[in-house]
Amino acid sequence: MADVTVGVVVFPGSNCDHDTEHAAGSFQGTKPVMLWHNEHDLQGAKVIILPGGFSYGDYLRAGSIARFSPIMQEVIEFARKGFPVLGICNGFQVLLESGLLEGALSRNRDKKFLCCRTNIKPVNCSTIFTSLYKEDEVLSVPIAHGEGNYFAPPEVIESLEEHNQIVFKYTDSLGQVSDEANPNGSLQNIAGIINRAGNVLGLMPHPERASEQLLGSVDGRRLFESLYSHAAAM
Amino acid sequence: MPYNAKIKVTLRQSILDVQGKAVEHALKNLGYGSVESARIGKYIEVTINEHDPLQAERVCNEICQKLLSNPVMENYSFELEKVN
Repeated sequence: MADVTVGVVVFPGSNCDHDTEHAAGSFQGTKPVMLWHNEHDLQGAKVIILPGGFSYGDYLRAGSIARFSPIMQEVIEFARKGFPVLGICNGFQVLLESGLLEGALSRNRDKKFLCCRTNIKPVNCSTIFTSLYKEDEVLSVPIAHGEGNYFAPPEVIESLEEHNQIVFKYTDSLGQVSDEANPNGSLQNIAGIINRAGNVLGLMPHPERASEQLLGSVDGRRLFESLYSHAAAM
Repeated sequence: MPYNAKIKVTLRQSILDVQGKAVEHALKNLGYGSVESARIGKYIEVTINEHDPLQAERVCNEICQKLLSNPVMENYSFELEKVN
């Protein structure tokens, strides 16, 4: 695999940046670089990851202030040129606020901050992020969020479905999509979506926290592997 | 003369307001049987240094749409008051 520089954006309040750096750097040939929110230089990154946390203290709305940081202007441009951008948890919230993905995330249905293991399944394995998964296989990946309740107007949901942009759904351990298996009230159990062009993915679960056996699951690892093998071939 | 903008941001009716629901239940538990519903929003005060009221209104609309509210799930309204 050719060398892939992975930019991990650090906002004030990001708290999964080092986990993401650790996971991102655990693949042969990958080199993570940390990108501070106030900078404009993407340092030659071929892939950008927006990590989880509480950027700008989640003030106003999760992700709303991060979206206007200097680095995000470059990330938005990078994404518009077709380069891959992955947003995890708060990173997903930032992508929605920035308009790179459609919809919004509101307060969890049961009002609680949820920090637990969940089952998700990839429902579209033809993306650059999921090519190493099998459709409908059940993955164990943790979530940790207070605002992960995915919402979009009906016409947006229809369009996401029509263009195969729903990538991950919350399921039970057998892979059934049900209301009981929906941790936060997301419409249609949506856990992750991709943009129409296929280069920007946002998801609430944390693949970096399921990337080595010591953490109890390696199910998130193939997401990075899929992405890097694509980026190396770019 | 600057203007004080008193801005209210509320969740759209179609969005479940879990905080509002919790408050509604608490009020009912306190014995206020006549309470039918409660919804929680945000109140923001911004001082806008513009002399022309139309210009102040334009700035206020712009900041509400750009940052202060998320049009996917929120509505906003505001009142402008001249600061003397």
